[in-house]
Amino acid sequence: MIPVASIATPEVDWLALSPPLALLAASAICLLGAVLVPVLARRAFSATVAGAGFVTAAVLAGFVFDRSPEQKLLIAESMTRDRLAALAQIILAVAGALAVLVSWGDRRRDHVGEYYALLAAAGGGMLFFVSAENLMTLFLGLEWFSIALYILVALDTHRKESLEAGLKYLIVGSFGSAILLFGSALTYGATGELGFNAIRDATGADDPLFVAGMAMIIAGLAFKASAAPFHMWTPDVYQGAPTAVTAFMSAATKAAALVVTLRILVTAFPEQAEIWTVAVAVLAVASLVIGNLAALAQKDVKRMLAYSSVSQAGFMLIAIAANTPLGGRALLFYLIPYGAASIGAFAVVAARERELARPVTLTTLEGWGWERPFFGASMWVFMLSFAGFPFTGGMIGKFYVFSAAYDAGWWWLVVIGVIATAVSIYYYLAVVRAMFMRPASARADLVVAGGSPPAEHALSVAVGAAVVITIGSFFFVQPLIDLAADAVASLPF
Amino acid sequence: MLTTLLIVLPLVAALVVWMTPLPREATAALAVLVMLTEVALWIVALAGFDFGSTALQDSAQHEWFSDLGVQYLVGFYGFSLWLAGLTVVLGAVAVGYAARAGRERPRAYLGLMLFLVGAVVGVFASQDLLLFYVFFEAMLIPIYVLVGVWGGPGRVSATVTFVIYTMAGSLLMLASIVAFGLSQGTFSLIDAGTSGNDWIFLGFAVAFAVKAPLFPFHGWLRAAYTESPPEVAALLSGVVSKTAVFGFVWIVLRHFPRPVEDWRTVILVLAAAGLVYGSLLAFRQQDVRGVVAYSSMGQMGLITFGIFATNDLGLDGAVLHSVSHGLVSAAMFLLAGMLIERTGTDRFDRLGGMAKGRPALATLVLVVGMFTLAVPGSSNFAGEFAILAGVFDRGWGYAAVGAVAIVLAAMYTLRLVSAILHRTRGDAVRDEARDLGPGELLLVVPLVALLLALSVWPAAISERSFPGDAPAAAVTEAAP
Repeated sequence: MIPVASIATPEVDWLALSPPLALLAASAICLLGAVLVPVLARRAFSATVAGAGFVTAAVLAGFVFDRSPEQKLLIAESMTRDRLAALAQIILAVAGALAVLVSWGDRRRDHVGEYYALLAAAGGGMLFFVSAENLMTLFLGLEWFSIALYILVALDTHRKESLEAGLKYLIVGSFGSAILLFGSALTYGATGELGFNAIRDATGADDPLFVAGMAMIIAGLAFKASAAPFHMWTPDVYQGAPTAVTAFMSAATKAAALVVTLRILVTAFPEQAEIWTVAVAVLAVASLVIGNLAALAQKDVKRMLAYSSVSQAGFMLIAIAANTPLGGRALLFYLIPYGAASIGAFAVVAARERELARPVTLTTLEGWGWERPFFGASMWVFMLSFAGFPFTGGMIGKFYVFSAAYDAGWWWLVVIGVIATAVSIYYYLAVVRAMFMRPASARADLVVAGGSPPAEHALSVAVGAAVVITIGSFFFVQPLIDLAADAVASLPF
Repeated sequence: MLTTLLIVLPLVAALVVWMTPLPREATAALAVLVMLTEVALWIVALAGFDFGSTALQDSAQHEWFSDLGVQYLVGFYGFSLWLAGLTVVLGAVAVGYAARAGRERPRAYLGLMLFLVGAVVGVFASQDLLLFYVFFEAMLIPIYVLVGVWGGPGRVSATVTFVIYTMAGSLLMLASIVAFGLSQGTFSLIDAGTSGNDWIFLGFAVAFAVKAPLFPFHGWLRAAYTESPPEVAALLSGVVSKTAVFGFVWIVLRHFPRPVEDWRTVILVLAAAGLVYGSLLAFRQQDVRGVVAYSSMGQMGLITFGIFATNDLGLDGAVLHSVSHGLVSAAMFLLAGMLIERTGTDRFDRLGGMAKGRPALATLVLVVGMFTLAVPGSSNFAGEFAILAGVFDRGWGYAAVGAVAIVLAAMYTLRLVSAILHRTRGDAVRDEARDLGPGELLLVVPLVALLLALSVWPAAISERSFPGDAPAAAVTEAAP
């Protein structure tokens, strides 16, 4: 018999892996709870466990951030422990925790345990995804959180929009994953390497297949970030999915995909920067143009916010196209108010949706801002942040993005970004207009379903937290930018 | 500290008013009290101000984010102190008017008014470009809602047009701020040097031209001024348009001397066109607020004359005229509001004959009218005279156009006065329409008193705006 100690086991840095593991554990406990916990207590149990999982993950990621001044590669160089990953994990975990609060008031009768289990699993996948350091773990993380999201989107099995959205997301998302996988294969074929750092150092970079592989990796990630022209699924999925899931996706999926895009392009493909910066700039312009123009025509608020998220992706891609540390800081800063405003806006939509038990359009929002001033004023803050108005972090984010673009010599991107912002004001303020400037509709079908509106304490806490983050990131730019600068320092610019 | 207090007090008061569920009277009292404190603070600043110094006074500085060199840097120079004084005085009067008129949802309304005042004071105090942009944009948030919720029947399209016009202008300015700040290595208006880039210059110039508004960027003007509540219109034409004056003088002239030389003719011709066109349109309007709106556009053209004459006379006149025009147009809009309260309309064909039995109203309309048409001896006359003398240096043609416009001003003002006060009695004027009450007099008389004081002593402003004539010298030095 061989003593166990004599088997050479790889050294595992458990602290670095702990944030996704915390969420996996939360997910497993929720699944067990779905069977073992009595149905009356199941919602409270699952939500608490999932919320605790996200909070724990955020705290652990904070520890990792604090203790990782230098980048360290883990597990046969397949994962990375660095501040970029840790900061992204904090943002994602906070987004997840807010999404749990938004979900709490959902009057869901069945699949409660599964819902929170999947939410925690999706979060865990994203946390894993942003610390990927080679093409295999990248794909693994992508599929991990995508599969969880496919199910979450379709979880309202009694609504056909939800099922339709789930199917669309599954088909288009799988297509995107396949492209990413194909691109990874081509890259591996050209270089014989999987690790991002190894790809950079490998020879054979002049192979046309290598460039094709890089392009397909960008396209695959653009699907997840819902950047045009890979955004086709976004409006239908955002509209059809349960609103709490939409809130989570709009903030977290996009953040994860964009952070990984930044990491892989800067780490693995610095030699090809002249190609990919142009490609990313083109994606940015396409997203800004398509997202904005389509959003102008929307009446359904969730669809409008979906197209708005496409155009917001455009702004963040501008920061990536800059290919400078300033651009990296701009991206990470932008994600903070964007994520908060996005979750907050969908949370407010969810509140109205639960009151009326029907889709939220500009018409069904009429006069509602005066009825529920807290939600009205909060929605106003979120729209102002999206549109880049003062006293919200959205304005500072746009300023950083434009500064990064100008600094990198992309002055025409600044001009396009500015024009896109001007266009976007029309539809962002349309929400404010509906909520405050039109009288409350007297239509009988717009009275609150089932008597007085239910108290939404958890959702209000989420909205309040989102307001605090959105406005706070305007006043406390320096500490946030310091964090972003530390995170970007782990990239080889 | 004093400057920060002047900016922050109304903003914090706005938050307090929004969040505490006070009854209507308490809210109104609180708002008026805050504005009176604001005026008192400004007087304290004025008393301690050294008009002989060229340095930034009452300044406060705080790092905001260092990697791009953006900071919170505020303070006053002579001319900006006067513009801030105009803001707090008109703000106090407008808040008083709103408190008296009793708007629906008083907490939201008065909070937004306070927020607007704070933002405008912030614009005049900012000495950092991004901070300037913050306050410049922040003004839009309350205006958008004030016009859109409490305005007249066409309020929603008026406010959307206004916001889209001004945002298009100011976002181009944001691009210019980014380009200018990064190429200078600082966003501080004190440390930044000059730039010869025409595109950056145009980004700033168009933003201010929309805000003023200068011809042909005035498409938003009539609807915004006539659809908004009178006290909001008073603030829009009285102080919000003056932020363009600050921008032209302190950013455009000082930091873009070369492009100013190159584009001077274009701007002066546009200003002349706006002056004549606005005055002609004012003559054609059929309502009080329409006349005042287009008259404002014409007067902003005149002020632009003074600024882009880029000599001491023109600039001094521009600041003096900004203050007098602010007082006059605010008084006119408030009087129009009081007319509407009495008769339900401000259309000329339904007014008339109001002088009889209403001495206070008649006197005030006539006196404010005399200031509008710049009767010799008035502060408006002093300002216009300095401006025309200044712009004469740039070509006698401009001065000639300006003189013609002053005649036009006399025509539309006398038409306005006689349409309200004289002729046969209009069908909207009933016997129950009382003369102005003490509360209303308390709002308008201080404005008239200030105008009279300025008429007696225009040099208070014109000789205390630019010690060492910094903006004019900047352009002159850069001239070949």
